[in-house]
Amino acid sequence: MTASPTVRSELLRQRSRSARLFLLPMILALAVVAGWPLLRTIYFSFTDASLTNIDAAKWVGFKNYLSWIQLKSGRTIYSGLLVDPAWWNAVWNTVRFSVISVALEAVFGMIIALVLNAEFKGRGIVRAAILIPWAIPTIVSARMWGWMMNDQFGILNDLFMRVGLIDHPIAWTASSDTAMIAVLIVDVWKTTPFMALLILAGLQMIPGDIYEAARIDGVHPVKQFFRITLPLVKPALMVAIIFRLLDAMRIFDLIYVLTPNSAQTKTMSVLARENLIDFDKFAYGSAQSTLLFLVIALMTMLAIWIGRVKLDGGER
Amino acid sequence: MTTIRMQDLRKSFGTFDVIKGVDLEIEPGEFMVFVGPSGCGKSTLLRLVAGLEDITSGTLAFDEKIVNSLTPSQRGIAMVFQSYALYPHMTVYDNMAFGLKLAKGSADDVKRRVHKAAEMLQITDYLDRLPKQLSGGQRQRVAIGRAIVRDPKVFLFDEPLSNLDAALRVATRLEIAKLHAKMHETTMIYVTHDQVEAMTLADRICVLRDGNVEQVGTPLELYEKPQSIFVAGFIGSPKMNFLTEQFADAYKTDILGVRPEHLEIKDKDGLWKGKLLLAENLGSESFLYIDIGAKEPLVVRQDGSAHQQPGELLCVAPVNNNIHRFDQSGRPAAN
Amino acid sequence: MPMSIIKNTAFYALVAVIVVCAVFPFYYAIITSFRTGSAIFTIEYWPTSFSVANYVNVIASGSFARNLLNSIIVSACVVTLSLLMAVTAAFALSRVRFRGRSLLLLTILSVSMFPQIAVLAGLFEVIRLLGLYNTLGGLVFSYMIFTLPFTVWVLTTFMRDLPVEIEEAAIVDGATPWVIITRVFLPLMWPALVTTGLLAFIAAWNEFLFALTFTSSTETRTVPVTIALFTGSSAHEVPWGIVMAASVIVTVPLVVLVLIFQRKIISGLTAGGVKG
Repeated sequence: MTASPTVRSELLRQRSRSARLFLLPMILALAVVAGWPLLRTIYFSFTDASLTNIDAAKWVGFKNYLSWIQLKSGRTIYSGLLVDPAWWNAVWNTVRFSVISVALEAVFGMIIALVLNAEFKGRGIVRAAILIPWAIPTIVSARMWGWMMNDQFGILNDLFMRVGLIDHPIAWTASSDTAMIAVLIVDVWKTTPFMALLILAGLQMIPGDIYEAARIDGVHPVKQFFRITLPLVKPALMVAIIFRLLDAMRIFDLIYVLTPNSAQTKTMSVLARENLIDFDKFAYGSAQSTLLFLVIALMTMLAIWIGRVKLDGGER
Repeated sequence: MTTIRMQDLRKSFGTFDVIKGVDLEIEPGEFMVFVGPSGCGKSTLLRLVAGLEDITSGTLAFDEKIVNSLTPSQRGIAMVFQSYALYPHMTVYDNMAFGLKLAKGSADDVKRRVHKAAEMLQITDYLDRLPKQLSGGQRQRVAIGRAIVRDPKVFLFDEPLSNLDAALRVATRLEIAKLHAKMHETTMIYVTHDQVEAMTLADRICVLRDGNVEQVGTPLELYEKPQSIFVAGFIGSPKMNFLTEQFADAYKTDILGVRPEHLEIKDKDGLWKGKLLLAENLGSESFLYIDIGAKEPLVVRQDGSAHQQPGELLCVAPVNNNIHRFDQSGRPAAN
Repeated sequence: MPMSIIKNTAFYALVAVIVVCAVFPFYYAIITSFRTGSAIFTIEYWPTSFSVANYVNVIASGSFARNLLNSIIVSACVVTLSLLMAVTAAFALSRVRFRGRSLLLLTILSVSMFPQIAVLAGLFEVIRLLGLYNTLGGLVFSYMIFTLPFTVWVLTTFMRDLPVEIEEAAIVDGATPWVIITRVFLPLMWPALVTTGLLAFIAAWNEFLFALTFTSSTETRTVPVTIALFTGSSAHEVPWGIVMAASVIVTVPLVVLVLIFQRKIISGLTAGGVKG
């Protein structure tokens, strides 16, 4: 019997062999469906590809992003995505939409979460009720609200006029003043429940005796919210906000259906798809997709860094 | 009948050494207990024997056959876990039969062996139940049953009693002792941090400390001839008193150890004198804490309940000079 | 104690506002769907008429029934395929130590954040190359991009919490990793599988961008696309009654499922969210 060198045991070999085998289908699937298409999109953004003739794409460098011609007169004319007002309009719309919708959802979500965190009769009904907007497909909710916001026959105008909020019917989705508001209303209605549930999960992790201690100390409920609840629920709230922000940045279907032709609500995703498929500016659309990807990738990295998402937990 | 031989066995997790070179031979059919404070490496050592952890270096042999790289089932071990680790979705019968079925045993054979083990542990009535329908003690029996049916060469226990309440723990301890008597051909290793379990169950005890073997011996050897202050302090309850300075000087040693049960109260002319700080009455016995001017109060055990009052001045002396002498390094002092 | 009565009233008023806001649009869609002809164009807050004509119309006419079937097929296939791949992958990711595990988890997490539009161009090419354009297979294929990372992630967090000792007991019993997954873990995981599967099903059922882009004929569309493209020749000719009937048909099964599994869904959502 001599001292043996470090040999990996049969058990460990078996496990790592199986692990490789188990991961292979998923990794392959993700590579084909996500990795490769992403690389191709980025590649197309540097070519002159068109929808009808993708195979004949030729490399054109940064032309889709920015190019310039010097005229004889000495004037330089810039063209490309980075000087395209339509693109910057879409960027502005996306940012505006994301920030406002997520802020509203955070506030309303917090209110609903606080209500659901209280003990009262009928709590189950409320929880079931707020799950309904979440369960309804986005397209359906866009259609439902589109009907309710109809300028002539919509119930929303009728309701607001009865209450006295407005004095004449509004063409919510068609008017350039209200298109963004219409989109915001529907998005907030649809996604606040998700926010509320995430915040509620955070609230329920706060130990009850903290509140008991606060009550014994006679802390005013408002002060209690800002001094105890908010700081303790902040991590969950931040995660929810970051999630929703990333999600809001890529919004497509709601706007495509609710306000299809409004320049006030055209976001990066809507514009990119328009160029890719409808306008046969495949390469240009790819460049827009690539930029949107870059923005979201940066935000994701930031979010992961901020949230320090725990990735390596567990025993083995 | 399996001999287990460890030679310079080491285990590290990254740069952290948990087992730092263990040499140990366990006799065929022996009941060996690994004992030590938490973090001493006793569970890791058991898991090395089981094959659940990879051995970093050194050899582990069952009957001269090196088993370092074999899987647990290839080694022919069975193990009882601290949390029982029963499969929650399987009946008691299926829990016990699972391993046999995987080993492709014939249906008749599986049935026969499960029933035999169930009878031995008196759980035949529960065979159709799910683990959640059983009490803690019954679950523990099933866990033991699951190990028995496999007819293991080596039987491993990882703190099997620590999830049971005090009364059940004593009863199950007795069961395990009986089991060992019945399965006297099976080598058993038992891990615990409880020295009472170690003393009552073991043929031999292996005291571990910081990944090293501190002492191996029968329970009595460990009690009577501890080879270090650590073992002396770990075995025996309450813990041995350790005295230094003038108290030790009188015995010409650095550290003087006296067990509470080896001290008695004298009417007068005791060796040490001091005020009684506290008397703990357990009915059958009592413990007196006496301030004799040492760093810590001296603990004295006496039969029956204590009649002394706190504040009383008492004289104490070791019985029959039953003392342990240690040098500065914590080893027994040479004469 | 008038103060507490005021407080209570205010609280229940708030509760009522929340419930009404949440439920009213769906309620209104349902009552609209039961009204036909010119009745639709009078504003009513309460159900005044009950006619199933819109439902008969939507099912009988056009390709709606076919599209509904498409949605069911696509969603079911997507859920089955992603759960199959995710269960084994989750075992490897939660239970086996290997180099690059954190990096792999990070990659999977970032894929779930991918804006779908970013892969649209490349995916369009791949789908055409594979001959999957305008087929249900193409949709199943492309939907993997969002269901797979999600299911892998949720099942990984779930499997991580399964007791180590049960797995070790199985190892001692001689179980291989495959046996551990199929005969020990899967029976313990069915609640997680139901939840994850349901959430993936809902995501696939609701998907719009890929369904719109990778299909071209009415026979291969899924219901969200059909509903989105129900338009008349002008805005005033939108067949609102039919649109609402179709919407209700598409939504009711989801709402029923969600209400049945609401506890599990809430825990699944927050597992994917808070930890993800």
